[in-house]
Amino acid sequence: MNKTTATIRAGLARRYARERRFRRFGLGAIIVSMLFLFILLFTIFSQGVSGFSQTFIKLDVVLDEATLGVGPGATGEQLRNAGFAKAISQSLYTLFPDVSSRSDKRNLRALMSSNAPYRLMGIVMDDPSLLGQTYSGWFLADDDIDTYLKGHVDRSLPETDRRLKDQTLGWIDRLEAEGRIEKRFNTEFFTNNDSREPEQAGILGALMGSFFTMLVTLLLSFPIGVAAAIYLEEFAPKDNWFVDLIEVNINNLAAVPSIVFGLLGLAVFIQLFGVPRSTPLVGGLVLTLMTLPTIIIASRAALKAVPPSIREAALGMGASRVQTVFHHTLPLAMPGILTGTIIGMAQALGETAPLLMIGMIAFILSTPEGITDPATVLPVQVFLWSDSPERAFTEKTSAAIIVLLGFLILMNLLAVLFRKKFERRW
Amino acid sequence: MKKLALSVATTLTLATGAVHAFDIVGSSTVYPFATVVAETVSKKGGVAPKIESTGTGGGMKLFCAGAGADTPSITDASRRIKQNELEGCQANGVTPVEIKVGYDGIAIANAKSGPDFNLTPQELFLALAKEVPADDGRLVANPYRNWKDINAELPDENIEVLGPPPTSGTRDAFVELVMDKGCEAFDSIKNAGPDEVKRICNTLREDGAFIEAGENDNLIVQKLEANPKALGIFGFSFLEQNSDKVKGASINGQAITFENIASGAYPVSRPLYIYVKKEHVGKVDGIEVFVNEFTSDTAWGDEGYLTDKGMIPMPADERQQFADDAKAMKGLSSL
Repeated sequence: MNKTTATIRAGLARRYARERRFRRFGLGAIIVSMLFLFILLFTIFSQGVSGFSQTFIKLDVVLDEATLGVGPGATGEQLRNAGFAKAISQSLYTLFPDVSSRSDKRNLRALMSSNAPYRLMGIVMDDPSLLGQTYSGWFLADDDIDTYLKGHVDRSLPETDRRLKDQTLGWIDRLEAEGRIEKRFNTEFFTNNDSREPEQAGILGALMGSFFTMLVTLLLSFPIGVAAAIYLEEFAPKDNWFVDLIEVNINNLAAVPSIVFGLLGLAVFIQLFGVPRSTPLVGGLVLTLMTLPTIIIASRAALKAVPPSIREAALGMGASRVQTVFHHTLPLAMPGILTGTIIGMAQALGETAPLLMIGMIAFILSTPEGITDPATVLPVQVFLWSDSPERAFTEKTSAAIIVLLGFLILMNLLAVLFRKKFERRW
Repeated sequence: MKKLALSVATTLTLATGAVHAFDIVGSSTVYPFATVVAETVSKKGGVAPKIESTGTGGGMKLFCAGAGADTPSITDASRRIKQNELEGCQANGVTPVEIKVGYDGIAIANAKSGPDFNLTPQELFLALAKEVPADDGRLVANPYRNWKDINAELPDENIEVLGPPPTSGTRDAFVELVMDKGCEAFDSIKNAGPDEVKRICNTLREDGAFIEAGENDNLIVQKLEANPKALGIFGFSFLEQNSDKVKGASINGQAITFENIASGAYPVSRPLYIYVKKEHVGKVDGIEVFVNEFTSDTAWGDEGYLTDKGMIPMPADERQQFADDAKAMKGLSSL
């Protein structure tokens, strides 16, 4: 055994140990990040899942002329002004005939969500033959009742510390015993717009707002981003200081905090060009600025990955440079470009900060129907709800986050699938 | 690229005409109440406005920018309009109609499991100011670490208060209603120049006893629950919603209750306003309906739905006066 071998032997154990240590560090890093991810997801899901269900109370509503003020054959206009609120109250008084004082009656009415009369009106308008009959159906309960039944209120606390008093709890117990209380899947969460009553609040408006904003972003950023990437990669002169400057700037833009784009959007798009505030149009324009660098960088990388031999072969066959790019290079780079675009869009979908500056943090009751209607987007809806005093908005916030996460996962999955399916190795 | 964006923007705007209901901007404190009114109007078949939460100052800026159709028709405020804001409004041809809608209480609260607090503005000033007068009247860096050091009757707990950042209207109101009042009680400060008084009274300590906990009041409530030793500053509606978790301190011996705030006995409360653009009335759909709903007894009355959301109603005669002003759309010409 010569001297060198001896030295190597002596150091071997240390080298193995170092390798094992490094592996353990790597594994540890992954475990820690997975743990944080798990904690995050667990909190959101444990709080949010209950947001998809809502408490309903079954009422038998007498729709007679004495209560409503209108009889069979009433017109739509008459129905709109009919006493549906009174009918709902009457049905509650019938269930609890022993309630007589004014304040007790007020508490009793508070069992129901404030939209119960409007819901009843909708039902009767759809089916006017119900007039004069007794309708029994399920109506939304107030958010306080819902929160209690979901176990977020401790009944053993002294009465003064609870929002629900003993009297109301007694009523709930009786309704439960009679089978008049049920938790159901909350379809209204997907079909309603924002509301200040947690039990009536839904994400439809925010979803549509997100959709229109993303549409504007995609339509603008994809063509501009790809065109810029093609020019810079294939046509721009190499070793030119101006091209280098542009390149540095694009890379810098990718790292600019998104709120800066919001301020820019406010100053340029809204104040200079007069684009209407709070609309998907201006939101999409701002997010385009933010997404462009991502798409340009990804597209350039994808174009660069196409082997030069393909370009040379095309040129050698007599194709022009434009033909080379559009017939050969671009189609081969498309999977990479699409992946980059999807990731950029996913980023834009989750963006809140720049939208706060351009008025998209707003309470909007109507569903946006175009890109110039006032709208809000999903992450901003999450922000608005998390800031609301009502306890029941906690679970709505988490439920909205779950929906948002669902879309993000879907988009990222799509990006992975694209890559897997169309990826080519040379 | 900008050119393309511009041309796309203009074509699309022209194509759809961009017709929508009127806009409301302003205070995040009035936002929860304005939104409930808007929702009720909409349920009754009226035009629903778009309501942005921009903060009082930001709302005033947008509101006073001009009388054009693209400016907001109403701004919410958690304080009265300032002289310079009113002048700015008038310079741009905007006549605001002032409608006071109610009051909001500010709670100084701690966890249910913590001790009961009964504080005065002076004690809060001594606990939270950066500089306080020593026994001989000289200003010194705040030496108080424990509530007991300020007043032997206060609980034996370290001073730790979570509050909103300076950008928040709640913070402005707290400084004005508590710190300024507590500060003025000391003769040695009163005799300093007005700028000096303002600096001493409005500067909160930065040594860790006062913690800026962000704009989100829900977060402060959660932090109080986790740390029973701390006090927190936030709006009354959050106290009401979380009455099983936190309790409000009494100020000057007055508990923070609905009745005490309404009667003015609890001192830390502020008025809430909405300002209507007179130039838009009659030209923009839905403003009158919205204002009528806001000023109706079913909304801002003693048992109205706004009180369910935590707004404190005004006395009946004050309500009557502002409802009349609203009906007549009486413009505000001077403060």
